Amino acid sequence: MAYAAIADRDQHLHDPDTFITKYIWSQDHKVIAIQYAITAIFVGVVALVLSLLFRLQLGFPDTFNLVDPNQYYQYVTMHGMIMVIYLLTALFLGGFGNYLIPLMCGARDMVFPYMNMLSFWVYLLSVIVLLASFFVPGGPTGAGWTLYPPQAISEGTPGIGGGIVLMLVSLAIFIVAFTMGGLNYVTTVLQARTRGMTLMRMPLAVWGIFVATILGLLAFPALLVAAVMMTLDRVVGTSFFMPEMLSLGRELDYGGGSPILFQHLFWFFGHPEVYIVALPAFGIVSDVLSVHARKNIFGYRMMVWAIVLIGALSFVVWAHHMYVSGMNPYFGFFFATTTLIIAVPTALKVYNWILTLWRGDIHLRVPMLFAIGFIFTFIHGGLTGLFLGNVTVDLPLSDTYFVVGHFHMVMGVSPVLVVFAAIYHWFPKITGRMFNETLGKAHFWLTLLGTYSIYLPMHYLGILGVPRRYYAYGDTEFIPASAQTLNSGITVAALFVAAAQTLFFINVIWSLWKGPKADPNPWRATTLEWMTPDTPPKHGNWGAELPEVHRWPYDYSVPGESEDYIPQTEPPHKGVIAGRDHGVHH
Amino acid sequence: MSSELTDSAGAAALPQGFRGFARDWTADKQTFHVPWGKAMMWIFLLSDTFIFSLFLTSYMNVRMSTRVPWPNPSEVFALSFGGDPIPLILIAIMTFILITSSGTMALAVNYGYRGDRAKTAALMFVTAAFGATFVGMQAFEWMKLIVDEGVRPWGNPMGAAQFGSTFFMITGFHGFHVSCGVIYLAVIALKVLRGDYEASGNYEVVEIAGLYWHFVDLVWVFIFAFFYLW
Repeated sequence: MAYAAIADRDQHLHDPDTFITKYIWSQDHKVIAIQYAITAIFVGVVALVLSLLFRLQLGFPDTFNLVDPNQYYQYVTMHGMIMVIYLLTALFLGGFGNYLIPLMCGARDMVFPYMNMLSFWVYLLSVIVLLASFFVPGGPTGAGWTLYPPQAISEGTPGIGGGIVLMLVSLAIFIVAFTMGGLNYVTTVLQARTRGMTLMRMPLAVWGIFVATILGLLAFPALLVAAVMMTLDRVVGTSFFMPEMLSLGRELDYGGGSPILFQHLFWFFGHPEVYIVALPAFGIVSDVLSVHARKNIFGYRMMVWAIVLIGALSFVVWAHHMYVSGMNPYFGFFFATTTLIIAVPTALKVYNWILTLWRGDIHLRVPMLFAIGFIFTFIHGGLTGLFLGNVTVDLPLSDTYFVVGHFHMVMGVSPVLVVFAAIYHWFPKITGRMFNETLGKAHFWLTLLGTYSIYLPMHYLGILGVPRRYYAYGDTEFIPASAQTLNSGITVAALFVAAAQTLFFINVIWSLWKGPKADPNPWRATTLEWMTPDTPPKHGNWGAELPEVHRWPYDYSVPGESEDYIPQTEPPHKGVIAGRDHGVHH
Repeated sequence: MSSELTDSAGAAALPQGFRGFARDWTADKQTFHVPWGKAMMWIFLLSDTFIFSLFLTSYMNVRMSTRVPWPNPSEVFALSFGGDPIPLILIAIMTFILITSSGTMALAVNYGYRGDRAKTAALMFVTAAFGATFVGMQAFEWMKLIVDEGVRPWGNPMGAAQFGSTFFMITGFHGFHVSCGVIYLAVIALKVLRGDYEASGNYEVVEIAGLYWHFVDLVWVFIFAFFYLW
């Protein structure tokens, strides 16, 4: 059977003819990706503004009265949930996943474009429902982003009226949206690659997104189940998570439920969620590093297996978030062990990134700067994770600013740096124009140095024992007065970093209008998305014929070649050592 | 075929054993030799398996966490005929109907591949009718529990409140799956009857619907075991 016939089978591309079918109800994966990205970045900016509001309160508790204690909790909660789920998950998988998978695999579109379109619109609905909670009586929920019961639905927590219900409903809708998209991404990678594109010739970006999507399809069910049960507890009055308890001196009608059950469900989702965000970042950063260092990624095969292994292990570490929950101490031993084991493939990836840079022909362009910045922030965030993974070290550090510093470093700053690396890297392909290099570099340095000055001091505050989730600290015996000075500094740095992001938006908008026309392959990269006949790629991506792949995606600086890169579509030629190809065992 | 898939000359000797398997599996073809829709359905069902497993695990957890005794299922789920309560009789009939529907579904798939449109559609409608009957009997069971026995999601006279909570939630979620399946089967059956798949001659779509239906059926076996027999 002719190969192209298989790859093109079942594929009925709708032909968009009007403005609406082209840009709004579009089934084109590239348009859907941009819709996802714009929505995610918009809601991310909302979350950023919320963080500034509560940072002003923390840094200058008596100066600004922008938020009261209730609003403080509400903003902290919404900031966390939006950043983790509605920004990062949606942007990496709905945004980059949608854009890159078909282009990098050599497909014309996702396998089920109509469902892909629905995925975006359902995602938009979940965002609207989430934001609607700001406008209901009582406002959004203030339960903290982990939404632990019983306090999440008990008197005294802000937003236990409509807020918490809208949050849970929005999460359920998001999961439906994610499932529709995720099924598409996984099936496309497995079944719709072009001729010659073996799994072991896929760029690591696709590997990261692919494994992250599988994690999502298996982890989001836990969040769905938890959301359904908590909604029933709140609305119908069941007692899944609610024990017998007194609240404000009154005995509640609840009884017999298990709050720990919620924590297990939440973290059975929550820990894989860390890797749902991290694995696409790992993959994308590998590709960016390799392209701009003009060197093949070091240890491609091990990089793939590390992604797979991290993905598998991420399902057996969840209770390291629960060392202080009162669970059986033997569990702590088990989960500390698995947590430390997961550091092995992760460290392998970090070493391989560094070895990719080793003696490379490094071009310090904007995407590369962000990618290298990621290595720094990720090492810092990862190392503090080793502290928190050990039960005895975690106990005193739990619920302090050390934890806040750790997870912002490892899954806040690090993935966001990769997001910027990716946007700058693929901007010429997506828009057909170049961005401004100087503005981009300024954006990088301000962001990197700014975020360091936010989060490094937080580790110190945490070691002092400053607890998180406090509206104001007042006078305590264990927190020195100087901690407040540090806190004010952190807030100033946060304002500074937020202001620096305007450079990014100015750059994007200016370049869209006035940027110089981009070369189809400005970075001289090997992967398929740079080989499209049009820039930006047209509907159907490849013109009349699908591309054919002959080699792995990292043939940079091959000895004896006239160019320092060989596109994946280039057939092997005689007399020259063919690039290393992991599809073939010599 | 293999020479077609190998780009570098001189790599003609194919690896054996695990390496050969891995090489084959990661080759530049569809990873699973099934249509896209079927692969997607399998992946969806894997995801759905996690939802049901977590619901059932949560049910076991709250059944252990509550300090109030659990109602005796063989008494709660008994129906009286002529004065004598017969334990689990309704649920036995429901289970029998659902499993029978899996049989008719399998026949429909068979006739689909033979290209017998009328029989395929008829068997799919029968399957959907069995499913609808199941949902109807479930509604009757709920009515009986709610109206006669006074079971509510937040409490019941027989024992632990979590009995009603988990029962309505999990059987409701399963009933929702069955109802969706009934609609799904009816739509596909109509399209089969109308001849929508004649052009391609491809009746895999019937099998894909069948996969979903068998899954819903299989899940019921677990719900049955954990709820009614424990």
